[in-house]
Parts: sequence; structure tokens; C-alpha cells
Amino acid sequence: MATLAPHATAPLLDVAGGAAPLPDAPDAFMPSRGFWGQVGHKLLRDPVAMTAACVILAIVAVALLAPWITPMDPYRGSMIRRLKPVGDATYLLGSDELGRDMLSRLMLGGRLSLFIGVTPVILAFVIGSGIGILAGYVGGWLNTVLMRTIDVFFAFPSVLLAIALSGALGAGVFNSIVSLTCVFVPQIARVAESVTTQIRSRDYVDAARLSGASTFTILRVQVLGNVLGPIFVYATSLISVSMILASGLSFLGLGVKPPEPEWGLMLNTLRTAIYVNPLVAALPGLAIFIVSISFNLFSDGLRSAMEVKA
Amino acid sequence: MSTPIGQPTVPPDRDRGGPAQPLLSIDGLVKHFPVKKGLGGRPAVVRAVDGVDFTILKGETLGIVGESGCGKSTTARLIMGLMPHDSGELLFDGELIGGRALPWRDFRAQTQMVFQDSYASLNPRMTVEGSIAFGPRVHGVPKRQAIERARSLLARVGLEPSRFAARYPHELSGGQRQRVNIARALALQPRLVVLDEAVSALDKSVEAQVLNLLMDLKQEFALTYLFISHDLNVVRFLCDRVAVMYLGQVVEIGPADTVLASPAHPYTAALLSSMPSMDPDARTQVAPLAGDPPNPIDPPPGCRFHPRCTLAEEVCKGRVPPLAPVDPVHRVACLARQPGSGHSAAPTLSVAA
Repeated sequence: MATLAPHATAPLLDVAGGAAPLPDAPDAFMPSRGFWGQVGHKLLRDPVAMTAACVILAIVAVALLAPWITPMDPYRGSMIRRLKPVGDATYLLGSDELGRDMLSRLMLGGRLSLFIGVTPVILAFVIGSGIGILAGYVGGWLNTVLMRTIDVFFAFPSVLLAIALSGALGAGVFNSIVSLTCVFVPQIARVAESVTTQIRSRDYVDAARLSGASTFTILRVQVLGNVLGPIFVYATSLISVSMILASGLSFLGLGVKPPEPEWGLMLNTLRTAIYVNPLVAALPGLAIFIVSISFNLFSDGLRSAMEVKA
Repeated sequence: MSTPIGQPTVPPDRDRGGPAQPLLSIDGLVKHFPVKKGLGGRPAVVRAVDGVDFTILKGETLGIVGESGCGKSTTARLIMGLMPHDSGELLFDGELIGGRALPWRDFRAQTQMVFQDSYASLNPRMTVEGSIAFGPRVHGVPKRQAIERARSLLARVGLEPSRFAARYPHELSGGQRQRVNIARALALQPRLVVLDEAVSALDKSVEAQVLNLLMDLKQEFALTYLFISHDLNVVRFLCDRVAVMYLGQVVEIGPADTVLASPAHPYTAALLSSMPSMDPDARTQVAPLAGDPPNPIDPPPGCRFHPRCTLAEEVCKGRVPPLAPVDPVHRVACLARQPGSGHSAAPTLSVAA
């Protein structure tokens, strides 16, 4: 028996006289790793995703610790030391148009940029998944009402929608988070709805219904695990979009207000210096780019780690 | 021999009506699906199941055969309550399903189903034992016991628990997955198991193994099967009685030996002659059935089979043949078999009386 290949057919039953032999120790408990354990295992072996994760962690750590580790005061300017180039003796990454240390401002700016980039996605993930899963699982008129309402939001380009909502609500960090959440909820809800509709028609959901399980139990045990993965991957890919949109709002003066450092806002105020010191002017953009691409690469890795072989 | 594995056989108190009471009686079951024919088109209905009645006796295996689209699977799903039926009555052991004496939840604990697609009917993100234990867990069995039951059932269906319990569906072959599905269906100790094309997707050799397993399990757990298939050979092997469906209606029902050896309905005869024979002398020379089944949105008037029937006469276009007995256990819906129907081939009244 033990020498059989794992895919050999199971022993013929009539041979065993009606009952296949029971193993001697039915309690030989072999804990299975579980689905998420397997995903983690695969993710750890993906060099690209792990590099991206390390970059994200490093940037988050720097941003969180920024108030204590910035080399200089990010708010103190100096009129005679404006727009120093990258690699300056005092200013490692140069200085901005008011003579403030770029490195310190980039470090501290990461806090706000990450905060207003990630928070809307988390909020939209929770709200959008809820709406989408409900619409997808219940179906019928509820699906029609919810999804057609959501479709209205798709009539506007997301940048325009974010600007319009932010403009209507007024400038500020909180309002830009609210408006970005509103931009992402429909997108996530739509993904959640289509995945749930697919899963709902699977035979295993029917089988779960036949076992007498309540709708809530079926959603929790059978549906959620198969639905949250794809939604989560999609949401991760939205983080980069969200960061860019948040920066865009700040750039337009609808998000963070000066002198608070934030990458999008810094990009805005430095744009006049693009002919004087292009490298320094591009630095905040570079920071946004690195974080965005890291999130995208990580979500790619997550997607392939979560693939279930058919 | 071996100690009983899994569960003991059905406790006697679950058998309410006694052995003579059919386990399941279906009376006038109807399901129409509304379809829209384009913008502004008249709303139409697909008559998927159009007045089906039959009974399943305790301990028997009833086969349902018919072409694809004849309403076999819809009938199964209606019985299981996976979709609501439009009209008709379902009685389980004499009690109205969904009624006060037998709410759906109690009925479901006694009836389970095995689906055709062995992969789609298992949650890909759940281990095999988790899938089997889910039903008992829902019904309040503690986790450890549910897992133990799942493992003993796995052993019973021929999958060694130490090797298979912690696996995921994609790590199993089709036959192994279908064994898991059977174990899952048995985990709730059902009395009736509906097998909807449960072996149709398997290789012939694996199919034979699974069929043998089903026969053994039926004995051991005192099960009753409703076996839906398009494969007449399999039905002949497994079933005690067989019902033939055509366009949402039962056209013939009776003992499998009788129906499959000397069919009374021309449709059953055509189905049988469409089976390839091992004997070269008995080769099918002419196509037994011409054309596709008619559109179930707009079924032909009178007997639904008359456009394709070799025995069709003028009377068949006007009269709907009732499902009438040709002998005490064998009923058929064909005017050519009914005395006094006006069909030229019909037996005379005196012969039938």
C-alpha cells in the first residue's frame, strides 16, 4: 500500500468484503496547512513579491519613525540654501524651494502619503466587498438595485470623480480620504459581485445548502474564502492608484495643506524648480513610483500564490 | 467481518410510514422557466418539468433516463428544494415536504445529493475531511466527532484517511473526488440519496468501481437511490425500476427489467435501439430517432413525441396520452398502448379487461 504512487486508484472495494480496512491509528492527526498557510508558503518563495514586501515595510517603517529619525527639521527653511542639488554635503537629497531638507521631508511626507493612499482602499475593501457579496449572493432585484446604482459612479472617470467630491467636500485630509473611498467602493463592489455570482452557482454551494446550513454559515465558510482572495488582490493593486490620486488631490490643493510635507504636494510646489534642479523636483514622484510599483508587484505575487490548480 | 464503520443503519424510528409507504411521492410537479424573447417579445416559458409524478419505494433504486434537456436534473433539483417548484406536491414518507410535520431543514437531513461535476461540487479551498465534516458541523456535531466521522466515511468509500483526509480536491482524481462527494452525502445519515449523473463523468473502469461502491453502501446504510443518468447500461445494472422522461414528462415507468427488455413506449424503444450493440449482427442500421427534441418553449400539441414517433397517427396530434398502466407495475403514456384510444395499434378493450 505504502509503495503506491499517490495518484494510484483507491483499492477496489469489493476486495475488502464490504469495508475497506481502517488504518490502525485513526487519530494519526496530520494537520493540514490550510489554504492561507499554503498561500503564505508560496509567497515566501516568490523573490519579486518578497522584495516588494521588504521595500514596502522599509518605507512604512521609515515613515512611522520619521519624527524621531529625520536628519534635519523638515519644516525649517533657509532662504540662502534653496534648491541645493542631490548629494550636497548638508542636504543629502538636496533642498526644496524654501531651503528645507528634502530627505527629512520625504521621510515625514511618507506618513501622510501612505495614510491617505492606503486608508481609502481599506475602507473601500470593507464597504465594497460587503455590497458586492450581498448583491452577488442574494441576486434578483437587490442585485439589480445595488449594481445599477454602482454603475452610475462608473459614468465618471475616477480622477474627475475624486476631484469633484473633494472639491464639494472642501480641502483636507479627511475629506480626500472620504472622496477616494467613494471612488473605490464601486470598483471593488463590482469585482466582489462578479466573483460571488460565479461562486454562488457552484455545486459545492448547493451541496452546502442541502446540508441545511444557514445563509450566513454558507457565506462565512463556503463563499467568503473563495471570494475574498480575488477581491483582496484587486484591492492591493488599487493602493498604487489611490496613492497617485491622493497625491494628485494634494497637487491640486484639495488634500494636504502646506507646509505639511506630502509627496503629491511636494511635487506640486517643486514643479517650478524643474528647470533649475530637475532631480530634486522629481524626487517625490520617484517615491510615489517606488511605493506604487512595490504594491503592484506584491499584489501580482499574491495573485499567483492564491491560484488554485484545477 | 468488520465492525460497522461510520454510522449504524437507519434508526427504526425514522421510518414513519412503514415499509409499504413510498419514501418519496411526487405528484404533478411543474417547473416553468420564464424566458424573454428579445426586446418587446412575448414572454415565453420553458416547460422544463411539466406535470411529473412518480413514487420512490423504500429501499429501491429508481432510475430516471432521457435525453439531455428532458428535465431529469431539474426534477432532481426540485426534489432537493434547490429551486422552488411552481406547483405539485412532494411527500417524503407520507409527510408534505416543507409542511408543518416536515420542515425543509428536517427533510434535508434525510436526503442528500451527489452532483455530476465532482470538482465543482467540492470547495477548492477546503480539505476533503473539512468538506465531509461540514454537514455534521452544521447540525451541531462537535468538531472532533465530525472529523472522526468524516475519516471513517473516507475509509468506507475506499480512501485511506491518513493519505487523503488533509488533501485538497485538486490533488485527487475524478473517481477519488466522486468518492469524497459520496462520503459527504452520507455524512448526514440520509435515507434518500439523489445521484444526478454521478458516474457519467468518470472513466469506464472507475465508473464500475464507483457503481459497486454505491451498491455496497446502499446495503450497509439502508439507502434508497434516485439515480439520474443517460446511460441505459448503467441504469440496467443499478436500478430496480426506471422512469423514462421526455420533454418534462414521464412517458414510461416500470421495473427496469421489463422497461429495458420490452419497452412499451416508442420513445423508450428508440432510446434502446440507439445503444450500440456488441453483436455485429444487431447493428443499428437506421437512425432510431430523427432530429432533436422539440423546443420545450413550445411543445407539440397532443402527444409530445408524435413528430418523431414511428407509430404516430392523426389521433396522437390531438390527445394527450395519460400515464396509464399496461400491467400493475408498468405504466406508459402512449395512445398505441391504450385500449379504446382510437389509435389503430391500440389493444382492444376486451383484451385489456
